[in-house]
Amino acid sequence: MSQHELDARRMLCPMPVIKTQNKVKELVVGDILNVICTDPGALSDIPAWARINGHTILGHQSNDDELTITVQVGG
Amino acid sequence: MTTKHKAIALISGGLDSLLAVRVMQEQGIEVEGINFYTGFCVEGHTHAIRNSDKDKQKRNNALWAAEQLGIKLHIVDVIEEYKDVLLNPKHGYGANMNPCLDCKIFMVGKAVQWIQENRKDGFDFIITGEVIGQRPMSQRKQTMPIVAKESGAEDILVRPLCAKNLPATKPELEGWIDREKMYDFSGRTRKPQMALAEKYGFKDYASPAGGCCFLTDKNYSDKLVDLWDARGTREYEMDDIMLLKVGRHIRPKPEFKLIIARDAGESKYLEGYRKQFVTIQIVSHNGPLTMVDGDIKPEDFELAAGVVARYGQGREAEQVEVHISVPGQDVKIMNIKPLTVEQVNEEWHV
Ligand code: SF4
Repeated sequence: MSQHELDARRMLCPMPVIKTQNKVKELVVGDILNVICTDPGALSDIPAWARINGHTILGHQSNDDELTITVQVGG
Repeated sequence: MTTKHKAIALISGGLDSLLAVRVMQEQGIEVEGINFYTGFCVEGHTHAIRNSDKDKQKRNNALWAAEQLGIKLHIVDVIEEYKDVLLNPKHGYGANMNPCLDCKIFMVGKAVQWIQENRKDGFDFIITGEVIGQRPMSQRKQTMPIVAKESGAEDILVRPLCAKNLPATKPELEGWIDREKMYDFSGRTRKPQMALAEKYGFKDYASPAGGCCFLTDKNYSDKLVDLWDARGTREYEMDDIMLLKVGRHIRPKPEFKLIIARDAGESKYLEGYRKQFVTIQIVSHNGPLTMVDGDIKPEDFELAAGVVARYGQGREAEQVEVHISVPGQDVKIMNIKPLTVEQVNEEWHV
């Protein structure tokens, strides 16, 4: 299990979702991916994407205008 | 033992693809969804920009539809490849800059490619929510075989909502699906779809007025054509197509255009371009941030600032202070008189 980070700042939805999806394809079950984004829409889109595709959202944090969403890769 | 057949469905996020998938699921077909992001899709992004859109639709409809259907969704970035579809549509444009028929052929073709690239997943056929006569350009009786043929999908393209009006496809002939349990919808009416949605218990589905993308919007198409004309080339980048969705666009001279934010959300979005573009900010009064697209000469700063000041709270003031930031240079401070309504030429509005 390893930790990864994805910079999706300044990207507008659905680009953060697409980037997350493509990054997750390179990871293995149990890996953690922190997605950093600035589009607040990602807060609904990334969890929706995760629910559909069997991944888990471990949480999210926001500071200033940035949002970090933590995804754990599912099976 | 019966084998379970598998299909990939084009999901736009609208009602028709939602229904088409459910019709196939009812026949025991395992479905996964695919959604293509061209950059022009109505989905997403604008809600991230405008204040007024903040409370509206916060969801991505394609993801929402997939969740309702309990299927996986693959979102594919086709921004680069789509340029050729938009710039050179073999079948031409619809009412605006929408190359719907070529677009459909392209997307179904990408689904064919997906099936080939993901052979291990064993997809047998493709589903779309097309309905004969629903859209004047791409969904006509004559265009249905064109999409099937030119995309390369041929007889593995199934349109469950109007299948009964079309020749039988391979999945029907092979007995994987039952033709009788599909539909014969046709024409522009939405009633049969709404009734089917009711039957399946779908509520809250998206129903975009024009089509699935901004290219069907007259205003948007006009701005796109203006951009191409002004540049003398039809090249475009992602930033260009995003910026066409933001702000008020005013072109006082052929060489440059002002993109004036309409609210704080848009100002904030334009902030992100400060390092690359000339920006204009009113400082003596409240006013929107403005980005200059194109080549502005210093002798036109006053004109540009005068237009921008018209859209700030100091529009009636004798003088307003305006800062012009050119990347890599010191900020230029100007005191100017805002232009009057009459002075902002009607024809400048893009
Ligand atoms: S509305 Fe846009 S996305 Fe939909 S078929 Fe037409 S060109 Fe393609």
